[in-house]
Amino acid sequence: MAAINLSVRDAAAKKAASPPILQRVSAQAIARVVTGVAALISFGIIFLMLFFLVAYAYPAIRFNGLGFFISPIWNIGNQYGSGTVTRAGFSAEAGASFGALVFIFGSVVTAVITMIFAVPLSLMVALSLVYRVPRQIRPLANALVELMAGVPSVVYGLWGLVVLVPWIGGALAPWVTAHLGFIPFLGGASGSGNGLAASVFILALMVIPIMVATTRDVILAQSTSLFEASMALGSTSWQAMTWAVVPSVRKGVVASVLLAFGRALGETIAVLMVCGAAINSFPQNFFSPVNTIAAVIVSQLESALTDASGMAQRSLAELACVLFIITLLVNVIARGIMRGADRREGAKA
Amino acid sequence: MAEMTRGVAPKTYASRAWWALSVACLVAVIGILFAIFAFVLARGVPALRPELFFTPTHGIAGGLSNAIVGTFYLVAIGLFMVIVVGLGTAIWTVEFAPPTGQKVIRFMVDVLAGIPSIVVGYFLYVALVETAGWGFSLIAGSLALAIFMLPYVVRAADVALTNVPTALKEGAFALGARPAMVISSINFPYALPGILTGVLVATGIGLGETAPLIYTAGWSNYLPQLALTHSPVGYLTYVVWTYISQPFEESHQLAYAAAALLMIFVFLTNLLARSFVEYKLGGNRQRN
Repeated sequence: MAAINLSVRDAAAKKAASPPILQRVSAQAIARVVTGVAALISFGIIFLMLFFLVAYAYPAIRFNGLGFFISPIWNIGNQYGSGTVTRAGFSAEAGASFGALVFIFGSVVTAVITMIFAVPLSLMVALSLVYRVPRQIRPLANALVELMAGVPSVVYGLWGLVVLVPWIGGALAPWVTAHLGFIPFLGGASGSGNGLAASVFILALMVIPIMVATTRDVILAQSTSLFEASMALGSTSWQAMTWAVVPSVRKGVVASVLLAFGRALGETIAVLMVCGAAINSFPQNFFSPVNTIAAVIVSQLESALTDASGMAQRSLAELACVLFIITLLVNVIARGIMRGADRREGAKA
Repeated sequence: MAEMTRGVAPKTYASRAWWALSVACLVAVIGILFAIFAFVLARGVPALRPELFFTPTHGIAGGLSNAIVGTFYLVAIGLFMVIVVGLGTAIWTVEFAPPTGQKVIRFMVDVLAGIPSIVVGYFLYVALVETAGWGFSLIAGSLALAIFMLPYVVRAADVALTNVPTALKEGAFALGARPAMVISSINFPYALPGILTGVLVATGIGLGETAPLIYTAGWSNYLPQLALTHSPVGYLTYVVWTYISQPFEESHQLAYAAAALLMIFVFLTNLLARSFVEYKLGGNRQRN
């Protein structure tokens, strides 16, 4: 900072003789151009990403065609020189099939079930944080929530692998399949613990702090008059909260849910550590191994690198494109809703 | 009167029950998360022997010095890039951009924050590791972290710079200061705590990332060379991720130690960030 000040002053002293207006214009012009380039980089990164991924994946997009979204079989083909198979002008090893249905399905199912558990829980936590936590310890509770949102995902994955998975495999899954097995999706093999249930549990823990923080903020931003008016009309404090205050901030809540959904879709390492890395099979019940797009991109890299035709790597890039586009849509919709909510609140104020 | 209390009581009880349930949810969530932190710290802190900091990993055992130094290099270079580009973006958005430009940049940066880290990692793998032929390298890894940290820095700097009072800037201009001087001696000092908070939050996030580094930084058992390309780099999150799946007690110890170190680093950056927020609030109160 001091250096900048000094250099500005030095430059000013040196150029004191030159016409000041010219200098002022040029300094501002330079600042405008330099910062403009920075802004252009921030603006362009998303397009650059999309361009590179699509360009790299193009042979795979042509080779796989619609089968990418329909076929559940992911097989990089026979790597021992038994010939190649060519489709749409692009070739892979014989027997290769790059179907992503299992992973796309896994991503969506994991994220949706996560939200089914996490959304009501986060709402409850946010409500109690706003209205039931004593004023003295509220800063502490808030700090805790924000700290949780910052914990590295690999730490959640570590705990999931060492504590949660053995517990699910050894206690929860056998009990549930034995006693609640009559409910669809809960019966059948109890598995090792790696799978859908563990992924959902870990993802819920990771997105709850994010949703709690944003929901708490939108509720706090709402004026208390709505709550008070509802109380004056004879409702209980819970009714005032859930019938008046929460509906009035529903756009903000929906946006925060969508943002968390995007996070759940894109989470990689924690899910990879507990999901069981299913290949070529759909989850049979809540405890079956599952796989997500993000997790499979990491877990299949080494195998993809052995593919002499390179088509496996390109198909992984196609998977990355699919994940990119899904999360992009979710985020754009969420931001749009959030902006709408902001504008409405601003107009009211 | 008796009828009225009978009419009111059930819904009051329902309200109380719902509130009790919501507090129970809060306690349960905080309890589980505490259990996770306590578990990792209880296993990791005893595993933090002093020699870990001076020995690199070899095979399934050894120390963590390569991972610690690698993490430091990756985050430091990433931070350098993100501060240059992020601050530039924020200054342009606040000082120079037309209203549409402001909206577009803010929207794009928000959207960038939602892109999964693995997509960023695979993009750089395709662009730098494969196409440019740089191999697993420091530069690819720090760029991945920089892209991932960018939204946090831009947002924080944007808010901090927007909140600089116009009167202060106008006063400086009225005294004859040039634009560069106003930015360096009014805008920046005023916005600095906010910007630093954003940078620290970004640091915490960069420290804990794994997915974007797997494809870009690779992994190395050796202390990182100061070569930007063609030289893979080790980092702490990789140790946690892979060493816990090894069937050896020594590698488990390393994984727990790395996890504990990561958590301690993240907690420290968070605490620092909070102290800056408080400093900033205090400063503003004084000025008003």
